[in-house]
Amino acid sequence: MIGQSIGYRYDVNLLPDYTKITPFLKKYVEAMGWDDLNWLEDVHMGYEEGRPAVFCRNANGWVTIPSSIKLPNNQQDRDMIARELLVKFQMSPKHPLVDLKKAYLKF
Amino acid sequence: MANLKTSEKKSKAQSMGMHTEVLTGRTQQKFFNPDEAENFYYFGTYDVDFNKRTDLDVKDMSAPEANKEIDNLMSQGYGTIVIKNPQGKHSLGVGILNKLNLIFEGSLGYFGMGSCDGPTVRINGRVGWSCAENLMAGKVVIEKNAGSCFGAAIRGGDLICKGSVGARTGIDMKGGTIIIGGDAGAFTGFMMQRGRIIILGDVGINLGDSMYDGTIFVGGSIGSYGSDAVDAELTKSDQDWLKRKLKVAEIGDNFDVSKMKKIVAGKKLWNYDNLEPTEKKGAI
Repeated sequence: MIGQSIGYRYDVNLLPDYTKITPFLKKYVEAMGWDDLNWLEDVHMGYEEGRPAVFCRNANGWVTIPSSIKLPNNQQDRDMIARELLVKFQMSPKHPLVDLKKAYLKF
Repeated sequence: MANLKTSEKKSKAQSMGMHTEVLTGRTQQKFFNPDEAENFYYFGTYDVDFNKRTDLDVKDMSAPEANKEIDNLMSQGYGTIVIKNPQGKHSLGVGILNKLNLIFEGSLGYFGMGSCDGPTVRINGRVGWSCAENLMAGKVVIEKNAGSCFGAAIRGGDLICKGSVGARTGIDMKGGTIIIGGDAGAFTGFMMQRGRIIILGDVGINLGDSMYDGTIFVGGSIGSYGSDAVDAELTKSDQDWLKRKLKVAEIGDNFDVSKMKKIVAGKKLWNYDNLEPTEKKGAI
């Protein structure tokens, strides 16, 4: 694979439509003291092994969307769902970094 | 390369039962319930209160001492910390992975606020090289000017300089938004891979040189375009987002965003497979 260009699995330049923001995300940005989606503006729904998924930069892997979640037919709404799911995954005690932190944390 | 398969010594992670195999590229599966209780903070971070405020005078402290004290104050629940007398010290405020309202009353040296994930920071002075390098999330506002490599390799969050910045702003950035109220130097957006840069003033030569992806918005004049940086159409969606972002940045209240230029990657450098033989031929 060395030397091959690997394209993004979504339009990285798509700007978020704030009219689509979900109640959970509203609460999240308020809790963090921010004015907008901040880092989540760069989060979009992509795919992995043919399934809808969101990329977790902390775990450096794709988090697949549970089949129980019905996906709307436009990317802006899907992106908001991806952002919500990613926040829940990253803040979960089951996130892979929690185990890594226990093993490798130095200070 | 060491032969990990024949190594008898177990790593700490292996002895904890986290994995037994060598790195084989297999998918790791982790399961969690997305309907679990709402939690907005990383597991194990401090629960701080923005209304609990304190001052910290770092005049007689080294940078590591000051950073440890910031961590100590967060562990006590302080959500707003005012740093007095930073006196241009290097590497202040690095590695904060917590929600926090941090205010510096003065200027920072090199690598200030590096590798942070979450805090809202206001610096009432100037900053040196590589401010907020590798920022993951949060908001960093600099009231005056910034040095070179401003926002190098940031991956998320908002980085705002109300004054002017040096060369190579947003070099290698992989996400996030950098907003410059004044002018920017040469090689702005050099090798950027994604994210957005907004410059209200003028920008130097080689703008967006070798950019892989991402977007640069410029309000003033452009010294010259770098390799593979091309103009693009400024859409209504872009303008709405720019207005929103400038409001968040507290700059450019009356700035006419409709006259900004939008620069993106021409994507001619995307196919490294084609470039490589040419380079080899040239070398021979």
